Amino acid sequence: MNKPLVSIEHVHFKYEGQEEYALKDVSLQIYDGEWLAIVGHNGSGKSTLAKLLNGLQYPEKGRIQIGELELTEDTVWETRKLIGMVFQNPDNQFVGTTVQDDVAFGLENNGILREEMVERVENSLKQVQMEAFLQQEPHQLSGGQKQRVAIASVIALRPQIIVLDEATSMLDPRGREEVLNVIRELKEDHDMTVISITHDLEEAAKADRMIVLNRGQLYREGTPEEIFQLDEELVKLGLDIPFPVKISKMLREKGIPVSKSYLSEEALVAQLWTSHSGK
Amino acid sequence: MDISLRQVEYRYQANSPFERLAIENVSIDIPSGTYLAIIGHTGSGKSTILQHLNAILKPTKGKVVIGEREVTNAKKQKNLKEIRKRVGIVFQFPEHQLFEETVEKDICFGPMNFGVTEEAAKRRAREAIRQVGLSEEILQKSPFDLSGGQMRRVAIAGVLAMEPDVIVLDEPTAGLDPRGRKEIMEMFYQLHKKRNLSTVLVTHSMEDASLYADQIVIMHRGQVYKKGTPQEIFHSPEGLLELGLDVPEVVRFQQKVEKAFQTKLGKTCLTIEELTGEIEKLFKGGQPL
Repeated sequence: MNKPLVSIEHVHFKYEGQEEYALKDVSLQIYDGEWLAIVGHNGSGKSTLAKLLNGLQYPEKGRIQIGELELTEDTVWETRKLIGMVFQNPDNQFVGTTVQDDVAFGLENNGILREEMVERVENSLKQVQMEAFLQQEPHQLSGGQKQRVAIASVIALRPQIIVLDEATSMLDPRGREEVLNVIRELKEDHDMTVISITHDLEEAAKADRMIVLNRGQLYREGTPEEIFQLDEELVKLGLDIPFPVKISKMLREKGIPVSKSYLSEEALVAQLWTSHSGK
Repeated sequence: MDISLRQVEYRYQANSPFERLAIENVSIDIPSGTYLAIIGHTGSGKSTILQHLNAILKPTKGKVVIGEREVTNAKKQKNLKEIRKRVGIVFQFPEHQLFEETVEKDICFGPMNFGVTEEAAKRRAREAIRQVGLSEEILQKSPFDLSGGQMRRVAIAGVLAMEPDVIVLDEPTAGLDPRGRKEIMEMFYQLHKKRNLSTVLVTHSMEDASLYADQIVIMHRGQVYKKGTPQEIFHSPEGLLELGLDVPEVVRFQQKVEKAFQTKLGKTCLTIEELTGEIEKLFKGGQPL
């Protein structure tokens, strides 16, 4: 396993005026180059965790280490260079009046020289396939396009880690695919680490590793195969089971030879075909 | 209450340089008691249709018949209140519209606006809060102290308290976790049946459309691409896939099985139970391949 890039140690956090802790004694590591999916019911602490990672909130107890730095109010401007965030609502994160201004905004804030800025704006828009939209205004874009611009703004700053906080939940199926494909390519090309907070279990099934949060606590950690074996336990937590796993199980109960719970429909169909023709 | 769209066209900012055609030649019938799902990409015209259902927008061509009322471009429309009272719209992220000091006041706002007395409105609030699965204690709380899921339910209760005949839902489960999604969809389905409502669901979720709706309308680039029962719509899903729309996972899986086995299953399955039943037949029935 690679070295941990982020280390969250015994973190506690409570919002002002609330009695319940939003996060209780959460410890986890995030490794360089992995795609980590964080799942959990509404209010389980997923988004709070994202806010802590970006220094929008600070833990009441415990510590967060990002790369070489401990995340504190003194280091937050350094650690934010390492982590880029894409939030849920595409309309809430468009700051520029045109696509190129939007991407340039973060670069300007970071004091990047103009020549380099122009190059980075073009490059990052190319990577999300939005280079044809440089002069467009945000209201002319679809939700998926806006989220891709948000991603371009993030990658223009060359972070090591990108955090998707339900970044595809307001998009239609096509927009969702567009955004996830772009992220998958970026991850390959730049060795980026992806932390995806999501309710989309089909997406989580494709992650390298999953974390399940429940009522502010770490409930389980493992590969998607391991996590989805929890089955009914996940349903009790307010989650669900991906479709191929569900249908694998139901077929097995009917006595059809399905040796395991498949995470991909293709693999399950292939197994069905093999066992059928082998009869 | 029956609603009917007849050859409806709508242009945003008509007769200006910014004019944009949003929908054209849209004809949809929603007889009383129907559960209709409207599906399509972002920008396909779904939300424009939705806003015609209670006369927020007037068609630039064609007409919308809502109960006894006819809404067209020509007539000066007066007293649309009656329509608004009978057609309740739950907009996307309705919790963003909560504003009162207490949940009770927030729910009572709509009915009182339509002339219901305070006492009667409070009675309706108590009923509505139970219908959305919350307890009466919550009525005295500030809506802003509630969780996201609770806020969504309170906002929905506010629409139910107007006791509409038609309820229009714009992506009612967006942003909820899987359990919350299922609970909300089941709740609307129960209300639909018990109160004999007409329900119009605007959604991206093919699963919800196939499970709950009697009728499905597929919108594409401002026009009705296809309409029919879930069975009819998903019997030949190829067209939908070409438009880049999803099909329900059950339908998608059936297609993959049929392709691998080079055969057709006995019927178009819409539930996972039907599908596993058909696959079982394939294995045990010894049908020719």
